[in-house]
Amino acid sequence: MVDVTHGEPVPGVPGSAAHEGGELDLYHPKSWVTKYVFSQDAKVIAIQYGLTAMAIGLVALVLSWLMRLQLAFPGLLPFLDADHYYQFITMHGMIMVVYLLTALFLGGFGNYLIPLMLGARDMMFPYLNMLSYWVYLVAVLLLVSGFFVPGGPTGAGWTLYPPQAILANTPGQQWGIIVMLVSLMLFIIGFTMGGLNYVVTVLQGRTRGMTLMRMPLTIWGIFTATVMALLAFPALFVGSVMMLFDRGLGTSFFMPAIVVTGEQAPYAGGSPILFQHLFWFFGHPEVYIVALPAFGIVSDLISTHARKNIFGYRMMVWAIVIIGALSFVVWAHHMYVSGMNPGFGFFFATTTLIIAVPTALKVYNWVLTLWRGDIHFTVPMLFALGFIVTFINGGLTGLFLGNVVVDVPLSDTMFVVAHFHMVMGVAPILVIFGGLYHWYPKITGRMLNPTLGKIHFWITFLGAYAIFFPMHYLGLLGVPRRYYEMGETAFVPHSVVTLNIFMTVAALVVGATQMLFLFNLAWSLRHGRAAGGNPWRATTLEWQTPETPPAHGNWGAELPVVYRWAYDYSVPGAAEDFVPQNVPGRDPDMPGHPVAEGAR
Amino acid sequence: MSLILIFLAVVVAIAFGWLWRQGILAKPWLETGVVGRFPAADPSGARVAKVGLAVFLAVVGSLFALTVSAYLMRASLGDWEAVRMPGILWVNTGVLALSSLALETARLAAVRGDAEGMRAGLLAAGATAVLFLVGQLLAWRQLHAEGYYLATNPANAFFYLITALHGAHVAGGLAALGRVTWRMERGAAVAQLRLGIGLCATYWHALLLIWLVLLGLLTNWVGDFVAVCRQLLT
Amino acid sequence: MPIAIVLALVVVGSVLFHLLSPWWFTPIASNWGYIDDTVNITFWITGAVFAAVVLFLAYCLLRFRHRPGRRAAYEPENKRLETWLAIGTAIGVAAMLAPGLVVWARFIRVPADATSVEVVGQQWQWAYRLPGKDGKLGAADTRDVSDTNPLGIDPNDPRGRDDIIVQGGELHLPVGKPVALLLRSLDAVHDFFVPEFRAKMDMIPGSVTYYWLTPTRTGSFEVLCAELCGVGHPYMRGTVVVEPEADYQAWLAQQQTFEQMQAPAKTGALP
Repeated sequence: MVDVTHGEPVPGVPGSAAHEGGELDLYHPKSWVTKYVFSQDAKVIAIQYGLTAMAIGLVALVLSWLMRLQLAFPGLLPFLDADHYYQFITMHGMIMVVYLLTALFLGGFGNYLIPLMLGARDMMFPYLNMLSYWVYLVAVLLLVSGFFVPGGPTGAGWTLYPPQAILANTPGQQWGIIVMLVSLMLFIIGFTMGGLNYVVTVLQGRTRGMTLMRMPLTIWGIFTATVMALLAFPALFVGSVMMLFDRGLGTSFFMPAIVVTGEQAPYAGGSPILFQHLFWFFGHPEVYIVALPAFGIVSDLISTHARKNIFGYRMMVWAIVIIGALSFVVWAHHMYVSGMNPGFGFFFATTTLIIAVPTALKVYNWVLTLWRGDIHFTVPMLFALGFIVTFINGGLTGLFLGNVVVDVPLSDTMFVVAHFHMVMGVAPILVIFGGLYHWYPKITGRMLNPTLGKIHFWITFLGAYAIFFPMHYLGLLGVPRRYYEMGETAFVPHSVVTLNIFMTVAALVVGATQMLFLFNLAWSLRHGRAAGGNPWRATTLEWQTPETPPAHGNWGAELPVVYRWAYDYSVPGAAEDFVPQNVPGRDPDMPGHPVAEGAR
Repeated sequence: MSLILIFLAVVVAIAFGWLWRQGILAKPWLETGVVGRFPAADPSGARVAKVGLAVFLAVVGSLFALTVSAYLMRASLGDWEAVRMPGILWVNTGVLALSSLALETARLAAVRGDAEGMRAGLLAAGATAVLFLVGQLLAWRQLHAEGYYLATNPANAFFYLITALHGAHVAGGLAALGRVTWRMERGAAVAQLRLGIGLCATYWHALLLIWLVLLGLLTNWVGDFVAVCRQLLT
Repeated sequence: MPIAIVLALVVVGSVLFHLLSPWWFTPIASNWGYIDDTVNITFWITGAVFAAVVLFLAYCLLRFRHRPGRRAAYEPENKRLETWLAIGTAIGVAAMLAPGLVVWARFIRVPADATSVEVVGQQWQWAYRLPGKDGKLGAADTRDVSDTNPLGIDPNDPRGRDDIIVQGGELHLPVGKPVALLLRSLDAVHDFFVPEFRAKMDMIPGSVTYYWLTPTRTGSFEVLCAELCGVGHPYMRGTVVVEPEADYQAWLAQQQTFEQMQAPAKTGALP
C-alpha cells in the first residue's frame, strides 16, 4: 500500500487562515494542463472521475447486451463462444461494481459534493486527491488492457473464486487474471488516497456552524461508505496479493491438491473457502458502499423536490451508521451453500435479517417525507421515486436470500442475478441519474433538457423493471446463473425462451436509451436553459456559492457560516418555502430578517 | 476471521464514542444559531495532517488484521509446518525499536527547538530503518538457504508475505522520512519540520507495534499464550 | 401525476405476473417441502409489504402533488410512529427468520439412518461412489487419483475395496430412504444441484461437504452444476433416477466395485 499521510502537510492544504477568510493558502493552477488535466481542484477531479467511470460503464453496457443476446438467441453471434461469454460476464460485473459504482459515487459525487456541501474550499489533501484519480485511471486502463493480452481477460466470474480462477480450463488464466488482480490492487491504492481525503475533509473541513447533525444526508452516506470502504478494501487487497502468489509463485494459500486434465497440479492443502471469506468480507460491505451514498443522495432529492424536510432525520443518520457497522458481520450470507461450517448459518442469517430493520426504516421515512409534501415531479424526483420502488423490490428479495434455508434452492440461480441487479444495479444507477439531473445545473450552469430526461426516466425505469422482475421466476424454476446456454433441459419449459427474448429486447431498449442521456449531457452543455445559482430552490450550501459553476476555492472571499440544519423547507411563518443553511436568525418572520426579505 | 472482528469492534467503539460526543442524539432543527452546541472542527494544517495519519493507520491496521486472520485460518489446516525463525529477526527487531526511539528523540528535540539533536535523531532513524530492511532481506536469504522456499509450505509463504507487506510499509515511511530529511538539509527551520517529524514518529511507533504483534505470531508466542490461557481457564 | 398511476400499475402488474406466471418451482421430489413453505411464507410477507408501501407511495404522490399555493407540512420527526414501524418490521422479520432457522437446523443434521453416497465433481462430469457390502465408504484423497483410480480412493483402506463406483453414468436412489450426499471435488468448486430436490451445496476441493434428503417421488431428474467451474460449466449435467427399492437393488448389483475396477489392470499386466 502506498504511504500517503506523513511528511509535512501537502502544499495547498487550506491552513488555519481559511477561517479568517483572508488570503488563502490554496493551490492555484498555473496553466491549462494543471487546471484541467493534472488538476488538484476537487470539482475537476470529480468530473474526471465521473467521465472515466461513465466511459468504462459504456463498455460494461455493451458487454451486457452481448450476454443478453447470447441468452435469448444462443449462437446468434458467431464470435461469442463460451470463453468470451465468461470473460464478458466477469468484466461486466467487475466494472459495474468496482470501477463504475464505487468510483462514481465516492470519486465523482464525493469529490464534487463534500467540499461544497460542507462549506470547504477544497479537499484537505488536494495533491493526494489528484493522485487518487490518476491511479484510478491507470487501474481502469489496465483492466481494459485485459482485452488485448494473450488469452484475453479472466473469465472466472467477478467473484474470482479459486481454484477455478487460476486453472487452465478458465479463460484468461494466462494473463487476464494477473491483469485483473493488479488492476484491483491499484484501484484500492488509488481509492485509499481519495478515501482519506473524503474522511478527513468531513472530520476537519466543515465550515463554522456545520455540526455533524447539520450535515446533509448525502454527506452522511458518502462519509460512512468511505469509512467502510477504507476498512473493507484491504480484504480484497490481501486476497489479491495471495492469489497472485498462488498464480505466479506456486504457493498454496487458496489452492488445495487438485487434478487438472488427469495431472496432479503442484498445489496442496490450501483453502478455497479462505478466499471466499476474504472476498466477501470486502464484497458485502461493498454492497453498502454503493447503497449508502445512494440512500443519502435520494434523501436529499426527495426532500428538495417535495419541498419538505426529510422525515426523521435523526433516524436516517442512525440507520446509516448502524447499517454501516452491521454490514461487517453479515458477509458469510453469500456463503450459505459454500461448504463452510453450516453452524455459521444461524449467526449470519440473524445478523442479515436484523440489518433489514434499519433499512426498512429508511424506506418508510422516504415515503413519509412525501406525505403532506408539495411534490414537484421534476426529473430528479422521478428518478428518486424509481429508486424507491426498485430498492423496495430488491431489498425484499434480499430477505429470501439472507434467510439461510430459503437461500438454499435459490442461490446460484437467476433469482440471485435478478435480486442484486435490482437492488445494487438498477436502484443505485437510478440515483446516479437523479443526482446528475439534480446537480448538473451546478456543475455546468445549465439545466439538462427535462423532456429528454423524462423519456430517459420512463424507458429506463420501466424497462429495467421489465428485465429483472420476471428474471426472479426463472430462478425459482431452477435456471442456474452463469450458464452460457441452457440447451435442452427437462424441467425448463419452452416458454422460458420467449421470456428470455422479452428480457433481451428490454435490455437492448434500456441500453439504447442511455445514449439519449449522453446526448442530453453533451447538448445541454451549450443549449440547456441557463440555470442560475439555485434552480431547485434548495437549502444546502452547494447551491449558495457566489458563482455558478463554483469558481476555484468555491466561496469567494468569505467562507459561509451555517446557522441551521439542511432541511428547513416549508418552515411555518417563513416567506419562502426554503431557508438556506447559511441564512442566520432564529425567527424567520421577524421584520427585516433576510428570510422575510426572500434571500436566495 | 475473529481477529479482524476484534479490530473492527475497537474501530467501531471509537467511532461511536466520537459520534456521541459530536451530538449524534441532537435535534438539529431545534438549534438555529451561529454555531451549534458542539465544537467546530479545527482546520489547522497540523490537526488535519494528524487526523489524516490516524485514519490511514486504521486502514493499515485493517490490512494487517486481515492478513493475520487469514494466517490463523490457514494455519489451522493440516499441512502447516512452522518456520524455524532465523536468529537475525531478533536483531532486526532491536534495530527497528532503535529506529523508533531515534525518531522519538528527534521529535522531542524538534519540540525543544534543538536543531542538532533533531538532525542526529532523524539521520539515525533513517539509517536504522534502512538497516532493518536490509536485515529482513538477510533473513529471507537465510531461510531460502535453509530450504524454506516460498512454495513448499504455507507457513513459509505467509512468512515471506507478512514480512514483505510490513517491509513495504517501512519503505513507504522511509520515503516520507527522506523528504523531511531532505528539507532539513536544504535548511528548513526546526519549526517547519516539527509536524513532519511528529507524523513520521507516530507512523514509526505504529509499525513497530505491528511488527511486534507479527513477530509474536510468527514465532507462535501468540499461539502458546492462547494455549496457556486456555489451560488456566480449564 | 402519471407516475402515481404507473406505480399502482407496477404493483398490479407484479402481482398478476406472480399469480399467472407459468414459471415456478418444479414439482418437488424430496422431503424439503419445508423449504418451499419458508419460501412461500417469505413471499406472502414481502409481497404484502411491497404492495402496501408502493401503493401508499402512489397515494401520497397523487394526494400531495404540487398545485399552486400548496405548501408542505413541517414535521421533523414522529418518534411514536417510527418506533411502531420499527417494531412492526422487526416482528415481520422474525416471522420469516424463525421458521427459516428451524428448517436450517433440520437441513444440517443428517439423520442416523441415512445411507452415505459420495458425489465427486470433476471438470465437467459427475461420478458417484456407494458403500459396498460393509456399508462403509473407504478413505479418499485427491492425491491418490490416477488413471486406474479416478476417484482417489485410498488403496490401503480395506473399507474402500468393495465401494461401488459409478463413472459417467446415472445415480440411482431408492425412494423413501434418507440419503446423505457427501460432496467432493477434484478440481474447481462445483455444486450438485437437482432442482426437484431443492437442496444444494458447493463441493470444495480438499474437503468433504454434505447435505441430506429423502427422495419422495420416483422418476428421473436432471443434475446441474450450480457453481461456475470453467468454460464447460453449463454442460456439466447428470441424471438421478429415483426408483423403488427392488429396482434399486437390481441396478446396484450391476455396478463395478473398486476392486473389480483394479482387477483388469492387474491381469492385463501379466502376459
